Amino acid sequence: MLLAVLLPFIIAIFIPFLSRWKHHLHTGFFVTAVPVVIFIYFIRFIGPGFEPVGREYSWIPSLDMNILLYLDGLSLLFVLLISGIGSLVAFYSIYYLHKSEQLGHFYVYFLLFMGSMLGVVLSDNVFVLYTFWEFTSLSSFLLIGFWNYREGSRYGALKSMLITVFGGLSLLGGLVFMSVITGTASIQEIMSQQELILNHEYFPLILGLVLLGAFTKSAQFPFHIWLPDAMEAPTPVSAYLHSATMVKAGIFLVARFFPMLSVSEWFFITVSTVGIFTLCWGSYMAVRQTDLKAILAFSTISQLGMIMAMLGFGTELAVFAAAFHILNHATFKGSLFMVAGIVDHETGSRDIRRLGGLMTFLPITATLALVASFSMAGLPLPFLNGFYSKELFFQSVYELDLSVAGITALLQSIFPYLAVFGSIFTFVYSMYFFFGTFRGKGDIEELPKKPHEAPVGMLISPLILVAGVIVIGLIPDLINEPFVEHAASAIGGTEIAKDIYFWHGISPAFIMSITVVVFGTILFLVRPKWAGVYRVIPGLLSLNKFYDWLVDRTERYSTFITNSYMNGSLGRYVRLILAAILLVTFSAMSFTGGFTVDTSNLSTITVHEVLIAIVMVIAAFGTIIAKNRIAAILILGVVGYGLAMLFVVYRAPDLALTQLIVETVTVGLFLLVFYHLPKLQKTDEAPVTKTLNVIISVAFGLMMTMVAISAHSSKLFESMSSYFVDNSYKLGGGDNIVNVILVDFRGLDTLFEIAVLGIAAMAIFALIRLREKKKEE
Amino acid sequence: MTRTNDLILRTTTALIAFILLGFSVYLFFAGHNKPGGGFIGGLMASAALVLMNMAYGLNVIRKVIPVNFLYMIFTGLIIAVGTGVGAFLFNAPFLTQNFGYFQLPILGRTELATALLFDLGVYLTVIGVTMTIILTVADDREED
Repeated sequence: MLLAVLLPFIIAIFIPFLSRWKHHLHTGFFVTAVPVVIFIYFIRFIGPGFEPVGREYSWIPSLDMNILLYLDGLSLLFVLLISGIGSLVAFYSIYYLHKSEQLGHFYVYFLLFMGSMLGVVLSDNVFVLYTFWEFTSLSSFLLIGFWNYREGSRYGALKSMLITVFGGLSLLGGLVFMSVITGTASIQEIMSQQELILNHEYFPLILGLVLLGAFTKSAQFPFHIWLPDAMEAPTPVSAYLHSATMVKAGIFLVARFFPMLSVSEWFFITVSTVGIFTLCWGSYMAVRQTDLKAILAFSTISQLGMIMAMLGFGTELAVFAAAFHILNHATFKGSLFMVAGIVDHETGSRDIRRLGGLMTFLPITATLALVASFSMAGLPLPFLNGFYSKELFFQSVYELDLSVAGITALLQSIFPYLAVFGSIFTFVYSMYFFFGTFRGKGDIEELPKKPHEAPVGMLISPLILVAGVIVIGLIPDLINEPFVEHAASAIGGTEIAKDIYFWHGISPAFIMSITVVVFGTILFLVRPKWAGVYRVIPGLLSLNKFYDWLVDRTERYSTFITNSYMNGSLGRYVRLILAAILLVTFSAMSFTGGFTVDTSNLSTITVHEVLIAIVMVIAAFGTIIAKNRIAAILILGVVGYGLAMLFVVYRAPDLALTQLIVETVTVGLFLLVFYHLPKLQKTDEAPVTKTLNVIISVAFGLMMTMVAISAHSSKLFESMSSYFVDNSYKLGGGDNIVNVILVDFRGLDTLFEIAVLGIAAMAIFALIRLREKKKEE
Repeated sequence: MTRTNDLILRTTTALIAFILLGFSVYLFFAGHNKPGGGFIGGLMASAALVLMNMAYGLNVIRKVIPVNFLYMIFTGLIIAVGTGVGAFLFNAPFLTQNFGYFQLPILGRTELATALLFDLGVYLTVIGVTMTIILTVADDREED
């Protein structure tokens, strides 16, 4: 089973080599074989006596991260969808993508996506699940941006990336919580300890994080905005990712954790409300679109909302209907996308306002579209699978338990109306899609290409899908017991078996379906009359605008914040650094009681010390107020010599000597380079800045003084200098303790100090010499 | 750049430079037992060289002391590191210093320490560094 997951990745490595011969043989032929093989491998599991299969492979055992694969009814449903529709889409893309496209890139992304999607639905380890989950986001990003020379593609790819990765990261949070609470990373084991999670105080957080991940991936309101923009991808990608597989990953996630999470009341409230609302909003907005793929994108959003709502209801019937509808939606939506691709390919336009009357030009395509869109609308005909699942949806929403109290009861009483409302619009846009494209009077002459029927190869894939629609519609029992029941049981965690049949008698669900058809027909016929309502709702309000505003603001504010303190002024950086040191030191000292003053071991102050100190203070102030650079340098020299005097007073002859000569040399150097320096300029800083400078420097000086006093006052340990005094002659053979320390006890310091000097000299040499060389050139 | 006739400066420099250089050598050797050492000695020697530079000019210095001071830095550093590495020969840790007393022909019983070699490295480096900086800057000035 691991090989089945890894096969697409392995083949992806070889695609670049294969695509070299793309001019002789389209790369898609090689690629199509991969999902077909996987499909054949997994279809063997179908059957009434299916039992879940688990496999374990070692990855990072020390972190409890092992590749656990688990194939139950739910995974099987998804695996077959992914590989089955994957095969059809790969085959379709052979005829859709011209050989001049970058086929190598396309199929590598495609296979990456397929492999990671298989990984998502098969993995039983939360971390492996998350890894594959992000892989799907990444490969979807690459596929949406496939025509990266288009502005729209890049925008759509970025948008989907930002939103799905946002959700993916929150999902990671939820998964980590679960795995930490239960102490295991296996989903099956986590589910077996569900009491632990349900009673944990973080449960609402876990639920929120996991659902956020699911809602963003499955394009639920208000995160649905990335899906319409993802329509910039090549149509096979839209058909595969954005109708059948990736957008169902969120559904899969909710279904996977269904037995555990659905116990909570909040699960019902959140998931079903968001689902129903997405259903209504998506179908309402779909009628407004003029682009074929945009209609289908909003239709996908609304259908996903419907599945999500059914999972939210949580009754056995609803779960069964959800599993059934996942399959049905994949069949008719996949074929509709392919139809839209054919129309685009054969006419050069996807704008429904320009299309029309294509029925006679593309008869086969039109037939396919007819069946698929009527199935999507849920028309009560015995050969359309969309009707069955919609009927089950109505039945489940009608049979919701009304005996509960509070907000749940309120929601349950309005859900049937919302369900009918959303379905009416579903009906309207399905009719709009079909009749707007294939009927009526179109400007055939105005189209970029002269329309004619698509090549056979392009028609095969949608044909198979539509055949699926009809076969499931005619004989639903063919897939019910061996397949859908297992999926539903796996979602619900219990044995769920329902019969699917066309005629229920005059049940409430049937009445609802008829209501949808009647009102839908009326609304569709008078559509031009009420289309103006879109100017009121949503009108100017748009989630896309909010998204753009958010992205724009985030960028602008971060730029603003960065610019507000990174203004390039060294003075400001120094101020910030000093202020930070002040803050940290001051708070550290006040928290640890660092302000101690101990006057017990002070030595007496002599007159010449005081005199030297006064001279130095005066000179220091003189340096600050000096108007002339040469004066400032010389006055600074006074401070240096004063320091040397202090060293003499404090009996440090080596230091005094060094200080004297170093001071002389630096003053000399200053005077040498003085020639090059510009005139000392008055800094024209604002008075506020000047005051701030004074405050910060005074505060810093005071603080350092306090640190010095405090350091002197709190001597915790004996100084180690007595060791040097005792051993300088014995071990170092010298009487000059300072020198023995420098060259013997701590020679390493000296070694690197002279290295520093050497580097400084070379740097100066390089600075001056290289500058000259440049001048000569 | 025309030079004024600094006769007095040059004459005194001829004398003082020797005293300074001698003092620098004294500081260097005395370092182990008296105030002084490689660092101060090196600085003192370069002070003498700076004085000569002021009195006679750059070209004379170059002619009298045909040394590239950059190489002097490298020599000094290599000597300093070499004394450290030398400790390995005696199976001792890096930079282990040793000393001993020897009977020398003229000086009599003298203490010789490996630390002195290390100090020599310091001494050469300091002269090299100071002179490189000063000569580079001064050179640049003259060409302007």
